[in-house]
Amino acid sequence: MAERKVIDARGSFCPGPLMELIGGMKLAQVGDELEVLSNDKGSVNDIPEWIRKVGHEMLEVREEGDVWHIAVRKVK
Amino acid sequence: MKILIIGGGMGGTILANNLARRLAPELKSGKVRLTMLSASDKHMYQPALLYLAFGRVTPDELYRDQASLLEPGIQFFVDPAEQFLLDENKVKTKGGKTHDYDLLVIATGSRPVPELIPGLAENAEQFYTEETAVKMFRRLRSFEGGRVVIAVGVPHKCPMAPLEITFMLHDYFKDRGIRDKVQLHYTYPIGRVHSLENVAKWAAPEFDRLGITYETLFNMKEVDGNAKVVRSEEGTEAPYDLLITIPAHRGMEVLEKNNMGAGGWIPTHRHQLNMEGRTNVFALGDTTNLPISKAGSTAHFEAEALGENIAAMVKLGSPVRDYDGKVFCFIEAGKDRATYAMFDYQNPPDPKPPTKAVHWFKMAYNKLYWVSARGLL
Repeated sequence: MAERKVIDARGSFCPGPLMELIGGMKLAQVGDELEVLSNDKGSVNDIPEWIRKVGHEMLEVREEGDVWHIAVRKVK
Repeated sequence: MKILIIGGGMGGTILANNLARRLAPELKSGKVRLTMLSASDKHMYQPALLYLAFGRVTPDELYRDQASLLEPGIQFFVDPAEQFLLDENKVKTKGGKTHDYDLLVIATGSRPVPELIPGLAENAEQFYTEETAVKMFRRLRSFEGGRVVIAVGVPHKCPMAPLEITFMLHDYFKDRGIRDKVQLHYTYPIGRVHSLENVAKWAAPEFDRLGITYETLFNMKEVDGNAKVVRSEEGTEAPYDLLITIPAHRGMEVLEKNNMGAGGWIPTHRHQLNMEGRTNVFALGDTTNLPISKAGSTAHFEAEALGENIAAMVKLGSPVRDYDGKVFCFIEAGKDRATYAMFDYQNPPDPKPPTKAVHWFKMAYNKLYWVSARGLL
């Protein structure tokens, strides 16, 4: 299993969790897994929307306490 | 105790001056030595580049001699770091010197990397260096009409820059009497026109009111200079006559070469600002990987927190406070109106409608910055 890189975007109003993920994707290799930590519930919608639109892979969305863990894989 | 600061930008300079004041007795007695290494003998006020692109400041106004900004007692060398030997508490420089330290602070900033998007550097204007800002100014002066596209890379320095350049372009072309011949089209990487939700809620109706079209979820993939079109990772494309970019940024190459962090961003503790896994190495400003704005104010507030903590480590043996994620950004809403956004890790901003008073305060701050860099404001 690929090592999962964590992007801790809790408390990030600007640039925000999705922008942090987009930046993280640029540094990742195809096949890498990234997990965004966000306490913005909007991330549950806007991250999957972007992942689908660009064509990467959603792995999981889970809530632990007040933090959302959103895991994705870079596929292209 | 030997304190070594790498980088003479906003963060490093404010920190050095802050420490020089707090530790004045220790510096005088020789108990503390404070050293700064920088790649340049000049200090640039980077926010003025935005105004340079419109001819509202001239290149010479961007700079001061770095040595003139530093408190007495700071040993300053123009000799950039080349090798970080963290396990040995040593930094080797390009000039071949080795500096020992007890505490190391890395504040080397970030750099625009338009070359990472095929075709972007050759075909787009941007204002993130003196040279490119002057080039953009000349291009704007000669532009007589057509479709102007603003395209934004990730991550980028100054989160308000995409909005500011767009509003200022509107006023610039209006003042030249050609606004009706110019179509302004704004693109943005995420699903609204700005990262900050409250700022986006204000800016989108402003765009509508001013006749500026916009497109969200647009991340540049490539630029075709022959077809004059910028294509996005999302599968869309935007044709242009004039392409203006807020380019993506990276941390400094020397940090990547020393395996200090992916992309040149140092993994940093969000409250104590120490490099993850190190208790005597700190990062501040654009250099960190923290999920907050890459902006001068971030570096400023981090430097104040770190200055207080390092001084306390010298005097009390431990740090005394947390950095709370504070950021303050002016937002130019045209040539003569502005607002601002202030926020931290816990509290989102609540920007107010733009006013001329805030714009003039920003104009004043552009001069007051030199006092700020000296650690007096």
